[in-house]
Amino acid sequence: MVTATGGGPPSIATLRGSAKRRRKEGAVRGVLLAAAGISLVISVVIVLALLGQAVSFLSHVELSSLWSGQWSPRQGEFDIPTLFIGTIEVALIAMVIATPLGLGAAMYLSEYAGPKTRRRLKPILETLAGIPSVVLGYFALQVINPAIVQTLFATSSTFTIMAAGIGVGILTIPLVASVAEDAMYAVPGSLREAAYGIGARRRTVTTKVVFPAAVSGIMASLILGFSRAIGETMVVAIAAGATGSATRHLNPLEPGQTMTGAIASLAIGSDQVKSSTGLNAFDALYLVGLLLFAMTLGLNLLSERFVRRVRRDY
Amino acid sequence: MAAIAPTAQVRGTVELALRGSKRDLAGRVFQGALLLSLLLSLLILIVLLGTALSAAWPVVSTRLGDFVTSDVSRLPVRAGVRQGIVGSLILIGFVAVVAMPLGVAAAIYLQEYARDTRLNRLLTTNIRNLAAVPSIVYGILGLVVFVQALRAFTGPDTFGRSYISGGLTLSVLVLPIIILVTMEALRAVPKSVREAAYGVGATRWEVVRSHVLPYAAPGVFTGLILSMARAFGETAPLLLVGAVTGYLSTSSSATPLEVLQGKYTALPTQIYSWSRLAGEDWKANTAAAIVVLLVIILVVNFAAILLRNRYDRKW
Repeated sequence: MVTATGGGPPSIATLRGSAKRRRKEGAVRGVLLAAAGISLVISVVIVLALLGQAVSFLSHVELSSLWSGQWSPRQGEFDIPTLFIGTIEVALIAMVIATPLGLGAAMYLSEYAGPKTRRRLKPILETLAGIPSVVLGYFALQVINPAIVQTLFATSSTFTIMAAGIGVGILTIPLVASVAEDAMYAVPGSLREAAYGIGARRRTVTTKVVFPAAVSGIMASLILGFSRAIGETMVVAIAAGATGSATRHLNPLEPGQTMTGAIASLAIGSDQVKSSTGLNAFDALYLVGLLLFAMTLGLNLLSERFVRRVRRDY
Repeated sequence: MAAIAPTAQVRGTVELALRGSKRDLAGRVFQGALLLSLLLSLLILIVLLGTALSAAWPVVSTRLGDFVTSDVSRLPVRAGVRQGIVGSLILIGFVAVVAMPLGVAAAIYLQEYARDTRLNRLLTTNIRNLAAVPSIVYGILGLVVFVQALRAFTGPDTFGRSYISGGLTLSVLVLPIIILVTMEALRAVPKSVREAAYGVGATRWEVVRSHVLPYAAPGVFTGLILSMARAFGETAPLLLVGAVTGYLSTSSSATPLEVLQGKYTALPTQIYSWSRLAGEDWKANTAAAIVVLLVIILVVNFAAILLRNRYDRKW
């Protein structure tokens, strides 16, 4: 020890440690920072890749073909509203399924289940979250459509937007549940205790105290769920009957096309199909991809804003 | 002092006033509905597994061993998923080698080193957004960058449609997820552990390496395993970076680099392409491939959940 030998306080050099140790520290920091920086590079590359290719597609296409009433890339018809309507329909149907089931599960886990029950029940949602979407697509086609859609509604179509929407909804449940549960779990216990103290019942505490206090987080969970539903591909590609072409319509009991489904079918279609106008139909997927990216990014930023509001309040 | 015993009538009145006028039937119904919404998810899982298994039974009961060791064939009775399983494992290998170290390193920087500056907040927000970008958009990224721009490296003879392209695309896809789950595991380690290490003169990296990481390890591993399972089941991005959806021939005399630059398929991709074929035989094959995929993913997921429950510690 420095003081034990009577040499006075340790010198600055002793406290800073050896040069070698400091060099190592700096190097490690640099490596870690570089790793974190890569995520920024990825974002920039995504935006540049989508923008560059989409602009080049737009410069080759007649703008009227983007609003022609039909999505049929090989005939040079790229009706964006067809895809947009299909996408929103699927996402809305999905949210009709995922909102009650996801929020109900979240409320039960956060407000009713004790720690032990919670640990036993939570793996249900985690397992559901792990099911690959291609499996849900098969399930939507083989079970949901014949057993639910065709019996409840008068349709005989093998592929329906409805079945795809229900399948996407099932995939969205765990996301909605986990984000909403986090928000409700974060409501301070003192609020609940205050309510119990004046004689409120558990249902009143859940619906009138915890739910309003967590409402921004719950909104965030629904927005994130919607964004996830918009971006889901395989269920739609398998169960919605997303083929090479589609006409603009509003009926969810018929086959339809979505933005993700259109990208997938362009990707697996025979490569670099030239449309009758000599245009590379394949390149349409960049434009659709750019629109999809912009939509989900907007929704994600919106949900981030809601999440931040929860943090500020408590 | 003798306590004055309340009469039965008084006690009844007080109890009634405290409990409320009647049994809380609506409350019970509400609780039941909440539990039901959770159990409905369980029911969906059971029906899903049951359907897949019963549809797959003709294959599973007669030639399961043959099915997992055979290559893709045009004949449904001879087709198997060996190429898909091998392909998926190689793709996962890429994720393990590329995305895991990068993701853990980035998470350590953001959670342990970064101060609350504009740049660091931008990095974190950006990663959260990347994690929510639809997987098919990553497919487009892979198509533009790995398949087209880097073709000379990813696969000169296969137009860039190779394991390298697929593996790198999946790595980019799960990187933000890995960063987020690792950050969460690091955050769960209490400050006092770090302060104790700083107190005896450790540098920041020494604190992280020998104190924070060991305590965070179970959480980090759970997150990594779940991310790998996620990558294993991804299908959409692989359609864009050229996973083969039809017949795939494999030559046995290829060097490792030739294999990695060569054509590939994956288990979920096989499921997708088979699900589009007509006929009862293919239906059974599709279901059997789904059973194989689900068994792999569910076993891995349960292992991760068990690992977490076993080593989960309360501070």
